[in-house]
Amino acid sequence: MKKCPISQLDNLFAAIAGKQKLYIPTGEAKTAAFKPWEEGMQLTSALNTVRSAKDLFFPQVENLVNFKVTGKQIEVIENRDPAEPFVVFGVRACDCRSFDILDKVFLCDPVDTYYQTRRECGVIMTLACSEPEETCFCTAFGIDPTDPAGDVSCWMSGEELYLRANTAKGEALLGSLDMLSDGGEPETDKGIFERLPLKNLPLDKFGGEHMMELFKRPEWAGLAESCLGCGTCTFVCPTCQCYDIKEFNTGDEIKRFRCWDSCMYSDFTLMSAGQPRPTQLERFRQRFMHKLVYYPSTHDGEFGCVGCGRCLQKCPISMNIVKVAKTLGEEKP
Amino acid sequence: MQVNQEFKPTIVAFCCNWCSYAGADLSGTNRLQYPANVKIIRIPCSCRLNPMFILRAFQRGADGVILCGCHPGDCHYTTGNYYARRRMTLLFSMLDYLGIERERTRVEWVSAAEGAKFAATMNEFVETVTRLGENKRLEDLRCKSE
Amino acid sequence: MQERVKAKAIELLEGGVCDRVLGWKAGEFFYDVTPAVFTSREEIEKDFVFGPFCGANMSKYLIAESRKDGGKVGAFLKPCDTYSFQQLQKEHRIWRENVYAVGVQCEGMCDIEAIKAAGIKGILGVDGDGETLTVHTLYGDKSIERKAALAERCACCKSKKMLGCDELIGEQGEELESARFAQVEKLEAMTPDERFAFWRNELSCCIRCNACRNVCPACSCEKCVFDNPNSGVENKAAANSFEENLFHIIRAFHVAGRCTDCGECSRVCPQHIPLHLLNRKFIKDINELYGDYQAGADMETRPPLMNFQTGDPEPSVVHERGSEQ
Repeated sequence: MKKCPISQLDNLFAAIAGKQKLYIPTGEAKTAAFKPWEEGMQLTSALNTVRSAKDLFFPQVENLVNFKVTGKQIEVIENRDPAEPFVVFGVRACDCRSFDILDKVFLCDPVDTYYQTRRECGVIMTLACSEPEETCFCTAFGIDPTDPAGDVSCWMSGEELYLRANTAKGEALLGSLDMLSDGGEPETDKGIFERLPLKNLPLDKFGGEHMMELFKRPEWAGLAESCLGCGTCTFVCPTCQCYDIKEFNTGDEIKRFRCWDSCMYSDFTLMSAGQPRPTQLERFRQRFMHKLVYYPSTHDGEFGCVGCGRCLQKCPISMNIVKVAKTLGEEKP
Repeated sequence: MQVNQEFKPTIVAFCCNWCSYAGADLSGTNRLQYPANVKIIRIPCSCRLNPMFILRAFQRGADGVILCGCHPGDCHYTTGNYYARRRMTLLFSMLDYLGIERERTRVEWVSAAEGAKFAATMNEFVETVTRLGENKRLEDLRCKSE
Repeated sequence: MQERVKAKAIELLEGGVCDRVLGWKAGEFFYDVTPAVFTSREEIEKDFVFGPFCGANMSKYLIAESRKDGGKVGAFLKPCDTYSFQQLQKEHRIWRENVYAVGVQCEGMCDIEAIKAAGIKGILGVDGDGETLTVHTLYGDKSIERKAALAERCACCKSKKMLGCDELIGEQGEELESARFAQVEKLEAMTPDERFAFWRNELSCCIRCNACRNVCPACSCEKCVFDNPNSGVENKAAANSFEENLFHIIRAFHVAGRCTDCGECSRVCPQHIPLHLLNRKFIKDINELYGDYQAGADMETRPPLMNFQTGDPEPSVVHERGSEQ
């Protein structure tokens, strides 16, 4: 365990940023986001950012390749972002778990090299939670918000910032910072997490075993009826990983890029033969079945949700995974 | 070489089929000069102009967009240009509100007999846009050659 | 008020006036209410709420609900919802004969984000009818002025009048003197560079989730141009600065003259972009150039963009008025 006075945080950030790019969560609660650190930038007072740390590894839009057509010749031009090392500070335990989920999708064969490059270049410094929001339910997925994973785990306790390296990448980063001193243990209080209203989310009934039974439940109609079909939940979600590949003709060349897509959109599964999910009911069901049933059925029971609570805060009509889980997962009285 | 470095704006002129396009034609047959960087797109009526066309023109590299139609009261379809007038007024005001230079957009009424007015309008508009310089605020960076 | 609304909902169902009612369903917390259709007394008694967080505009749901087979749908509409309701009838989107509309007077809705922005965390409940609200949180009780918790659109409410309803709960209200154009005026007074910087900063946050469009009662096209792959502008991503400009300008333009200024676009934006300022700019311009017009206020007048006067000002009026460059 290393430590550094919280009053020295700016110097710590400056030292990290001196060697590689550093992102910290900053801004007012309403617009908090991970931004490149600059002199004088303050950590946000919000528990979490509006969009998750996923953005730094799987950005909303990224160039894949360019094509230039001259006569009958097609030239393929590599234009991916250059790989540069970066550190992201202040990732919460929930967001950190989301990387395990994304890794299983993007790093299995065939490997997504764009994501892989960023994962290799990025060092994740997590920050333990002490003041959760009412919408937090990471503990329901077995995440300990007071002891987050990541390359380096950090705690703010009293006047000190404690840092613990968990991986070789983390060791190397902490080793390069000479202002850190040895010693101490942070004080953590788990009491508050016991009082969270959503900690007992009924998840026993979910997972691959009950797939068809859950799929056919009549409650889906009522749950989906007022869904607007916007993509807010998918775009603020740290684990949603669907994307679309599109091309843009600049008049001079073709830019092929990928961008986030949302299973809530009417054209998400549109094919030449038609739309297999014709109404919002099927689209809505897909999203929650994916998180609570399909993903666990192919990944040893691990759920595709980390309980960050962003969809609870941001859904325009306040329909979310908690309401779905409670409606479908609770025993009938 | 001086000439090549000079900024030549790309101007898109949407011209109504019945008046302004004929006006442009007349200015040509009268051998009146207006800059070659004015690209004319013919539309059936000034009221056919979807605001999206204007934004797309800016996206694809236009530095100025002008709409030419029949004089109010002279529309081939009786009232089309009255509707166009309201739409363009509101759209230009919105662009101004977003901080986009208001001189980059314009509406002029040019009849089939006004070849001279067409040439004069274009000369003057090109001059104005040249003074403003390149369109930076509504461009699509993807369309800029690197 | 909640009890009166609930009692009316049950009465409508059991009296056979409607076979279903559209209302707000309680969530996990007091503030996360969801629009829902209720079909029985039990459902209403259990979950129906009407309180300071029922901000969602119900009018848009009536487009689909009023076209369903079966009996009438009952709907509870706040004053601002009734403007959208009437506007949608005018556009022949809502089938009026299938709706039983109950106007519900409104004191202004609270915005949970405004309470959070005041630095209050872990909110479990809100109490209080007076000027001060007590907020129960995981970290003890906090208090906040009601004014500070009010949604922006309610702080400058334009009208408490309920239009075109079959029945009213609460007193019929009046149109109000509202300062809703103050922010637009502030922006107009800025230099173009400042305005550009302001909007670039705001619009660059856009994630193209389309929540603003999907919630908007005026955005009721069967197929949006931005969802049509053949339109050439379909774009799922905020690929760069231009696309957001284009999307928001075109969306605001398309609803100009039909937007009732209900403020749903800004309420739902996950990035808190003040989208209502685009719509209000159009409303303000229309009022100044073509005479005062409030969309949804009546069933007869032609919307300003589907109308003209031979003496309308020329587009060059934009160059002549406004701030000097």
